[in-house]
Amino acid sequence: MGFLDYFRSQQKKRTASMAKDRLQVIVARERSHRDGPDYLPALQSDILEVIRRYIEVEDDAVRIQVEREGDCEVLELNVTLPEES
Amino acid sequence: MARIVVVTSGKGGVGKTTTSAALAAGLAKAGYKTVVVDFDVGLRNLDLIMGCERRVVYDFVNVINGEANLNQALIRDKRVEGLEILPASQTRDKDALTFEGVQSVLEGLAENHDYIICDSPAGIERGAHLAMYFADDAIVVTNPEVSSVRDSDRVLGLLASKTRRAEQGDAPVAEHLVVTRYAPSRVGKGEMLSVEDICEILSIELLGVVPESNAVLNASNAGVPVILEDGTDAGQAYDDLVARYLGEPRPQRFLDEKKGLLGRIFKG
Repeated sequence: MGFLDYFRSQQKKRTASMAKDRLQVIVARERSHRDGPDYLPALQSDILEVIRRYIEVEDDAVRIQVEREGDCEVLELNVTLPEES
Repeated sequence: MARIVVVTSGKGGVGKTTTSAALAAGLAKAGYKTVVVDFDVGLRNLDLIMGCERRVVYDFVNVINGEANLNQALIRDKRVEGLEILPASQTRDKDALTFEGVQSVLEGLAENHDYIICDSPAGIERGAHLAMYFADDAIVVTNPEVSSVRDSDRVLGLLASKTRRAEQGDAPVAEHLVVTRYAPSRVGKGEMLSVEDICEILSIELLGVVPESNAVLNASNAGVPVILEDGTDAGQAYDDLVARYLGEPRPQRFLDEKKGLLGRIFKG
């Protein structure tokens, strides 16, 4: 890093790394939806609704994706429960 | 057999038409019979960038509808031997491009061309879909900016699923990334996504980087494909990019900022 960069970096946050982080998250999410069947988003919101009858969870608590292993399709469901307080 | 290349991006204004014009002119300069086709029905602009707007008589849709034949509609470039342009129609009819129509025009062009460059419209609607459907290669044009990168990823998904090659189970469309409006000085300051970041996010191979340059606007003002402006940075970047596309290895020349004397002293 050059002499002047030190002062520059103190002045503003480096936005390029924010851009990269945000893109990696959104692109990964959109890819997992894209590769799966069309009903996945609806299924995801239905499951979220069912879980909410019993537990209070965040909007992004349910993650769902289809993985292909050879001839076999595996539906992977990931539910993040809130930490007990 | 002609190779069909789509120049696409999802987002508008990132440099698809500039890149299509440069790629087509570069391939023709290298000795290949090349035609560049404007798929942006309703918003014809390739003719302006190529500088042949006053010579348009018939267009893509006229040929599809049988109102003109290909030879009547093709415009021969006056600067580069072996380069032709098929302009888009300005009709407001969204359904003017039909699947069968596009297929038959591309088959007609394939008979006497080596490369068919399809300049895609922005978006993911019919025109963009038809521009990519028959492609063998895709040039994905991206700016180092979040919305452009995200849209490019969306387009990569479509290339992998909604193309003839994907539907017929052939080898996938070969994808090449072109990053335009790149400003190495801003990348150095951490204000702009780097080429490495973009390649990593999109997991796609880099074909070339075109620096942010006054030459691009100047060339479009004059109706000259920027690749023909030999002395400019953007012209040289496109020249390198076309050579790489044709298999000739060339180093990336525009990844680092040109440092002035003061810059060298302070940056070491």
